[in-house]
Formats: sequence, structure tokens, C-alpha cells
Amino acid sequence: MPGMAAILRLAALALLLGFLLMPQSFAPLFTPLTQYGAPPIYDQGNLLTLALAHLGVVCCAAAASTLVAVGLGILVTRPSGAQFLPLSRTLVNIGQTFPPVAVLAVTVPLVGFGEKPTLIALFAYGLLPIFENTIVGLQTCPPQVLEAASGMGMSARQRLLSVELPLALPLILEGIRLSLVINVGTATIGSTVAAKGLGEVIIAGLLSNNNAFILQGGLVTGLMAILLYDALAGLERRICRTAHLE
Amino acid sequence: MISVENLSKQYGATTVVDGVSMVIERNSITVIVGTSGSGKSTLLRMINRLIEPTRGRVLIDGHDTTGEPAHLLRRRIGYAIQGHGLFPHRTVAENIATVPRLLGWDEARIRARVEELLLVFQLDPGAYAGAFPHQLSGGQQQRVGVARALAAEPAVLLMDEPFGALDPIIRAKAQDDLLDIQRRFGTTIVLVTHDMDEAFRLGDHVAVMSHGRLLQYDRPAVLLTRPADPFVSRMTGVSDRAMRLLSLTTAGEAALPGVSEGPAVAAAASLREVLSELLWRGADSAVVMDADGTRRGYLTIAAILERGRPG
Repeated sequence: MPGMAAILRLAALALLLGFLLMPQSFAPLFTPLTQYGAPPIYDQGNLLTLALAHLGVVCCAAAASTLVAVGLGILVTRPSGAQFLPLSRTLVNIGQTFPPVAVLAVTVPLVGFGEKPTLIALFAYGLLPIFENTIVGLQTCPPQVLEAASGMGMSARQRLLSVELPLALPLILEGIRLSLVINVGTATIGSTVAAKGLGEVIIAGLLSNNNAFILQGGLVTGLMAILLYDALAGLERRICRTAHLE
Repeated sequence: MISVENLSKQYGATTVVDGVSMVIERNSITVIVGTSGSGKSTLLRMINRLIEPTRGRVLIDGHDTTGEPAHLLRRRIGYAIQGHGLFPHRTVAENIATVPRLLGWDEARIRARVEELLLVFQLDPGAYAGAFPHQLSGGQQQRVGVARALAAEPAVLLMDEPFGALDPIIRAKAQDDLLDIQRRFGTTIVLVTHDMDEAFRLGDHVAVMSHGRLLQYDRPAVLLTRPADPFVSRMTGVSDRAMRLLSLTTAGEAALPGVSEGPAVAAAASLREVLSELLWRGADSAVVMDADGTRRGYLTIAAILERGRPG
């Protein structure tokens, strides 16, 4: 039922915006979770600013992951780069299996505290879905279409830009969406190394034993992930429909 | 004119095409026929250098095809394949405009050419120019594929099993259309198929290939009457070779001058069709009529049977 989905979507967006813009009006809901008169709403910073900073770090990391993963995916699906496929796959897989917390531990001594180590951790963690989807998208282009493109007289570059990438686009976009959504959640750990973000709220809650803070940080992050996933899926459908790539 | 000179292709120790030489005449349809694995598609693809030969060379109108980058060569040679290979994300008009765009034609010229081709292929430009390939029937997709191959007015058109994915009725129509188009544009067509009926129906010349070698390259009637190799007789079919021979001559070509009784047959019909018609009606002779309704002459069963013998 598309009507139901639209209502849920709007409700989730209204809830998120309402909470970020007027958090104090939700105070009665969170008061039961606090003890000894602790503040029910996070008061050590502006929630809206933190949410935007959180989103900013995630988007920057995703942009870098996209550039590298799509570029690498193109390279290893060319005849000249095919020999790098196993190596690239191993590197990208390490990026995914190496825990982001461990990446933070390794990178802080090198680049210092703040956004930089978080960006690096999220970048490495987000490569895999984009890389694999780019490869699958490029490798599953119908062979007849590719042969026709070459037979018509397209150069390798023209074929890539005007046939292969457009046909692989739906899968590449899906990879970017997965990567973004995974990293909205993962980015909360950035607050352990002083990156601005919603992790701050959760950590503040853990330190002061304030369940209300933990819940707020988690809910805002979760709502953002769901809405982002939904919005990107809609955008993908729209792009694919206008380009007739069902 | 295309000269294929001692062309070979090897993959490791396997020889796919083995020293093939042939001269393909201008403004004709040449059909390369063979079983799968005979090297016929590889031979075709070496003409536009989708596959680079191991040995030998190809000359088009006297010019060695290795004289320019392969992708520039291919823009001058039409190429149509089985299952059409249309770009699914582009409209019919954009698909047809592919090579003219690559060649940098101006938009007005491209539009005019696309419209002309859509009309030639019996596709209403208003309804189909903006349609996407998946919205077309199989026969329409195939026609767009051939229209796209012809868009930049190539002198040579290469076709690899272009009608293989069509059902028999649409295939017969597509073959008739191809003959019309060849006459209209005077294109030199080289077509690969495994279907002997198709080869006999379309080919001015037929080349029979087996295991990478060219066994015989001649007019269809010669393949039937003087096969160079037992494999050629097997390919052309021994049991109905007389009927095949009859199918190569039209009633108009065989008509005897004079007047006779009997049913009217079209001058364009093959002798095989006329014989079948006479058997069906129990008649001994037929009147041959031109398309405009004038009498061309007559045919008797005896005269037709005479044509079904070699030599």
C-alpha cells in the first residue's frame, strides 16, 4: 500500500525534525527513564548541530568510498586491470572486516583526534558494498549489447561511459545506499575520538548512567538511517525509471 | 569489394579459421554457412576487426583494414547481431542515431536519417521514435537493430545470425525486407547463418565452412549441382536437392514464350512454388503473370521438371 508507506514516511520525518528542533517538548516522555532528577533531554550540546555534523561525516566518507570503489571497480573489469581483481577484492574485504574501532585505534596516533580518524574508518568500512556492486553491475551488462557497442565503432572509453556505466548505475546506487546506511550507525563510534556526532549523546548517557540520553542518541541515529535508506531508494527508482533501467 | 586473403585465427593450439581466401562482390549478398564451431562468426568478426586475425589480411575496396584504428573502421561498416543488442537505456531514435552521432553528423541530418530509416522499416516515427527497446516486439527490435546498422549509410553490412531469434513467420518477413533493403541501398551484405534454407533464400553467393576451412564458395545452384566436398552435399541436403534447385529459379526466368491454359502464377514465385501449385490443382501448365498483370509466358510441369536436374 503506497498510501500507508507515505504516511509512515512523513510521520518518521516529522518525529525526527520535531525532536531535533524542539527536544524539550519531548521531556515528559523521557523523564521516566532518568534517575535522581537527571536531565531527561541531552543538554550538553545542540542535537540539531550534532545530527548535521554526524550526517556530514557520513556523507564525506561515502563520497570518498564511492570515488575509490567505483574507480577500482572500473579498473578491475577492464581487460588491462583484470589481474588486479583478486588484490583489490582482498584490500576492500580487509576494509570491511577490520573493525572500525580498531581503525580508530590505529589512525588516532597518525592523524590525531577529531573527524579525521572517523572519516578514515567509515571510508574503509563503506568500500565493500559499492565495490562489489560496481563489479557485478559492469560484469552483468548483456554481452550482446557490449558487442553491438564495439561493433558500432565505440572506443573502449565511449563504451564505458555511454553504455556500461549507465547500465550498471542501478546496482552502483544500491551499493552507495547500503554503504551510507551502514555508516550512519557506525559513525556513532567516532565520538570516542572526539568527532562531533550523535555518538556523543550515547556516550554521555553511558558515562552518567542516563538511559534517556542513550535512547535519544540511538533513536535519532536509527530514524536518520531509515529515512536516508528510504529517500535513496526512492531516488534510485526515479533515476532508473527516467533512464528506463528496470 | 572485400578481399579476404589467407585469413587465419588461432587461439593457442586451436585453429578456428584456417587460411580462408575469398572475394566478396560489391552490391551482393554473401552468406557464410556452417555448423556451430565452423569458424563462420570468427571469420565475419575479423572483417570489422572485432577479432584481430593471426595471419592474413582483409582489403575493402583495395585498402587494408589494418590501416586505421579498429573503432574508426567499424563506424564505416554496419554490424547487426542475433538478439539485436539494442541499448536498453536509449530510445529507438537514439539507438539508430548511434553511429551518426559517433561520426559527428549535425542534429538535423541525424533526425532526417532516423525518420527515413523508421519509414523504410515500417515503423511509424511518431509512435516508435521515442519508444524504448523493451516496449517493442521481437520483430520490431530486430528491425531497429538492422536500421541502426544501416544508419550511417555503410557500403558494407555484416550480419551475424540476425534472424536467429525470430519465429518462422516473422523470420520470412525479415528476410524479404532484407532483400528489399539490399536492392534499395545497394549495400554489400555478408551474413552468417547455420540455416541452409536462409542461405539459399538470401545468398547471391554462399560460402560453406567446416572446421575453420572454406569448403566451397559459389552460387547456390553450383553448390547443389557440383558440390566440392561430401560435407557440402550433406549441408545442402541430398534428399530434397532437386526441390532446392527449383526454389532458386523464378517462374519469370523460366517462363516459355507463348500462350497456355491453366492457373495464373506470379513471375516472382519460385519454380518449387509453381510445381506445388500445379500438383495441388491437378493442372499440367500455368500462366506466368508479371506483377503489373501482363502475361509473361507459360510453364508446363515437364518444363519445370527439366529445371530440377543438374547440368
